[in-house]
Formats: sequence, C-alpha cells, structure tokens
Amino acid sequence: MEALIALVIGVLTAGGVFLALRGTTFPVVLGLTLLSYGVNLFLFIMGRLAIGVPPVIRTAAEGYTDPLPQALVLTAIVISFGMTAFVIVLALKARSELGNDDVDGLHHDEDRHR
Amino acid sequence: MTGFIHLPILPVVLPLLSGIMLLALRNRSQSLQRGISMLATLALVPLAITLLQTASDGTHLIYALGNWVAPYGIVLVVDRLAAWMLLTTALLAAFVLLYAIRGSDTEGRHFHVLFQLQLFGLNGAFLTGDLFNLFVFFEILLLASYGLLLHGGGRNRVKAGLHYVVINLVGSTLFLFAVGTLYGVTGTLNMADLAVKLAQTPPENLALVQSAGLLLFAVFALKAALLPLYLWLPAAYTHTSAPVAALFAIMTKVGAYSVLRVYSLMFGDAAGPVANLLDAWLAPLALVTLVLGTLGVLASTSLRQQAAYLVVASIGTLLLAFGLGTVDSVAAGLYYLPHTTFGAAALFLLADSISRARGPLADHFESGPAMPGARVLGGLFFVVAMATTGLPPLAGFIGKFMLLKAAIASPLMVWVWSVVLATGLVGMTALARSGSLLFYRTHSVTSPHTEPEPDSLIPPTVATLMPVACLLLLIIGLTVWAGPISSYATATAAQLHAPQQYIEAVLGMDTP
Repeated sequence: MEALIALVIGVLTAGGVFLALRGTTFPVVLGLTLLSYGVNLFLFIMGRLAIGVPPVIRTAAEGYTDPLPQALVLTAIVISFGMTAFVIVLALKARSELGNDDVDGLHHDEDRHR
Repeated sequence: MTGFIHLPILPVVLPLLSGIMLLALRNRSQSLQRGISMLATLALVPLAITLLQTASDGTHLIYALGNWVAPYGIVLVVDRLAAWMLLTTALLAAFVLLYAIRGSDTEGRHFHVLFQLQLFGLNGAFLTGDLFNLFVFFEILLLASYGLLLHGGGRNRVKAGLHYVVINLVGSTLFLFAVGTLYGVTGTLNMADLAVKLAQTPPENLALVQSAGLLLFAVFALKAALLPLYLWLPAAYTHTSAPVAALFAIMTKVGAYSVLRVYSLMFGDAAGPVANLLDAWLAPLALVTLVLGTLGVLASTSLRQQAAYLVVASIGTLLLAFGLGTVDSVAAGLYYLPHTTFGAAALFLLADSISRARGPLADHFESGPAMPGARVLGGLFFVVAMATTGLPPLAGFIGKFMLLKAAIASPLMVWVWSVVLATGLVGMTALARSGSLLFYRTHSVTSPHTEPEPDSLIPPTVATLMPVACLLLLIIGLTVWAGPISSYATATAAQLHAPQQYIEAVLGMDTP
C-alpha cells in the first residue's frame, strides 16, 4: 500500500513537472493541476496510512487515524481548486490578448518550418 | 482591558471586513468606496503603533484563535518583528492608496476590494505563529496580488501576470510539500512547537527535515526574488500599474520576513542537529543577487524596469544582512527594510508621474521633449535616487553602514564590503545617468513656456506628488530618529536570537 501510494504521488508529480515545463498554456495548466493532485495526496498520507479506524473519539475504537492532515488537505484542495480556475481564465485571457497560446506570446510558426 | 486582548487580531480582521464591505458596495459611488478603503487603511497605522508600543518592551502578545491553546490551535503572535513589519506595511499602504485614489483605481474593477484583501494576507502572514496558516495567508496575499497585478489588463500585463501566477502556483505546491514533510516527521505545525521538536530530531529523520527546511527556503526565496528565482520580478513589476508596483515593494519583504522568522526560530543556533541550516546558502546567494540586480539596474531600458531591478538589488542587501546572522547584521537589515520599501515605492510612483509628463515616450530612456513641471519632478527624483542608492545623509546610508560594520567580524567580510560598496557605486551611476537623460538631454526646441503644450504631456499635480513626498518624509524620519529606531531594530534582532522567549510565550500560555 505504501509503495503504491508513493508511486502514485511520484508519477503525478513527475507528470505535473513535465507538463508545467511545456511551452503552451494548456499543458501548463494541466501540469499545475497534476502537481496539486500530487501534493494533496502527499499531505493526506502524512498522517500515515490507517485503514478502517475513525478520526474522532469513539469508545469501541482500537486506534485512530490522524484527523489533522484531512483538514489540511481540505484547505489545500479548496485553494488549489480556486487557483486552477483562476489560471484557466487567465490562460484564456492570454490567448485572446496575445493571439496564441504560447506562454511567452511568441509565434513559433517560422521556427517550426525551418 | 477586555478589548485589549483582541488587539492582535484586528489588523487581520479589519481589512477582511472592509474588503467584504467594499465588495457589497461595488455598485455605489466611487468616492464612497475610496473613502471606506482609505479609512480602513489609515486605521491600520494607529493599530500598528499600539501593537509596536506593546511589543517594544519585549513581551510576546499571544492571541489564540477560538481560545484553542497552542500547539493545538492557531495562534497569532505579536513580537517586535511582527509589529515592525505591520507598521511598515500600514504606512506604505496608506500612501500608496492615497496615490491610487487619484485615478488609477478606476482602470479596472474591484481595486479596493483586492487592495484590502492584499493587506489582509500581508498582515496575517506577519502575525501568524502556525506554519500551515502562513501558507494560507501566503495564498490569500498571492491571490489578491494576481488580481492587482492584472488590474487594468493589457497585453504586457497579461503576459507578465501569467508567468507570475504560474511560478507562484509551483511555489505554493513546494510549500505544501515542505509543510507536509515537517508535519509527517514532527506531528505539529505550530512554529514554536516545531522549534522544540526539530531540535530533538533523531538521526534517521535528519535528511527528511533538512530537505523540508531547504524546500521551505526555496519557496521563501521565490517570494523574496532571491537568485536564481528572481526572473519573474522585473517583468511583473515593470508592467503593472504604478500603485500596485509600489505596494508590491512590501511583497518581496514577506519572503525576507519568512526567512528570518522561520530560520531564526526553527533552524537557529539552538536547533540541535538542524541548527544553522541556511548558513551555507543565504549570504552567498544574497551577494550574487545583489550583483545581478545591480547589473539589471545598469542595463534597464526604462525607469520602471530600473526600479524593479533596484527592488531585486535591495532584497540582495536585505538577505545579506539576515544571512550574516549576527545580532548587529540582522539589526542593520531590519533598519534597512522600511527604508528600502518606502524608497522603492516612491520611485515607482514618481516614475509614473514622469512617464505621464513625457507623453508617448513614457519612461523609456530616450531623450524627449522637456517635461512640464520638470523642476519638481527632477528635485524629487534626485532625493529618491539618493535614498534608493544609499547615499548619505539618508537612511539607506545608515543601514548599509550598519551592515558593513556588522560584517567586519564575518569570514565573508571582504566579499560583503567589496560587493556592497561596488554595487552602491554602480547603482548611483546608473540612476545619475537616467536622471540626466530624462531631465537634461531634452530637445531644446520644445520649451513648455513658449510653445503650445501637446495634450499628451500631462503635468504632475500636487495630488500625485504628495504621496511620493510623504514617503520621502518617512525616509527622512527614519534618518532623523535613526538612534531610537536602530536601537529598536537591535532589540528586535536580539529577541530573534533568543527564540526560547518566543517558544515559552507560545507554549507556556495558560487558558484564561
């Protein structure tokens, strides 16, 4: 389980970094989204993986899972959700203002046909 | 004294409430919105002064939100450093807003809402005693700054804004990774509690904690625009509107503040295995930042760009002072901080007036027609340039002198002296060159008195120059009262070097 979730976080983050380094806005937005997924999972498991145990006090419980990372990850999800919405709108605005979807607003057609 | 215990939360709540109120009143008259925004910002000044007076005897004012005691709840902590930053922010914001209500707040929508939320984020970041809460306030101030940066729109602003937003989102992700790692290792997020736990880090977790600590440094360095993470700053500050750029003079200082707070408290001398984590990094990086920032100042093609690179250079000086790590050097940095903030803001505001007075040439370094009101503008430019390059007799000189004096005992002394003095000279030369180009090398045929004024040249008004003059008065105030202010800065630095007081104040709190 630990290995699996570590692998998932690693793949998400690596994919996010790769996409965030692309030259057009849409992959960059996707990359940021993947990065935020990766970090949210990472935060979540920082309370360690515990299966089938409650986060709040119950008399019959054998153990507890840490509730704090769940609260943290909720905050982080809300923030990253808002930020993603903002960066999508900004990317669309950049597309209409700059006339293309390049992150620097450059026209690469000439370079491509060289 | 019942109202008094709620004092620390007021600088956070007041801008939040006024921001929400301004949002509700968005369709009402412009003057009403301006009035409310101005009042709310001005109210922060006496508030910050009261907090500063309370903190000046060395007490830590602790405010536990919801009465949850640390380390379980979130605490706000007012110490000398926090109060100092609050006062700097409040004074800067008041004069920047005074400039903005002369017209640039109507370029787009919701300027005042975003401005108040920006102050909410800034004040919160200075006050919080919880690492995750610091992240949240960072996000608030960043989100407001995205809106402010793009305020008014336009090609260049959108392009610079996109870069700024993307790089800061990546920074936020790194911040979360660092916070998550620290929580995973220590099981706490309260900074005082973290300081206690980190000092007892077992050897098997040492690598984890060190990487989290350095990851945090990368995030703060990004906010502070330290080498190699400063490349976003010049474009963003050059293309945004003048009052926003002036307000952003404090934004890089948030990064510097966080470096100082986190690394003096959690990774300071007393932190056992993770003590002095940053010693190998901060001062050398700051030196290189100072050099590259100054080269940028020299190579700039417009006055706004030059001001942006001066911000980079000043952050180099500031973090150099923090990086040397002695009480004297940190005190020099703390004395220099408000000076450089006000100086950079004044330069951005003045550059806006100059670019209006030059019509289509704006603030580009090309010789143009003589400006209307060139004497006043030139006079102010002279004083601002003296202040930002650290010439005597103004406060920048005293700050740099304190830094040089503090560096004598340091192993980096030769580097610090040569770099600080050489960059000071280069910066001075660059600004002298800009000044002579803008004010002297004009086309003599277009004298403003004999020829009809082209409509594009807008002469400066008293209202637009007043905030600049006020910021300069603040700098002069810093110079005149250098004695008491530098002893306050020294007391602050001494307090930061004894993090035990902070830890005891936060963790030893009784439930009232």
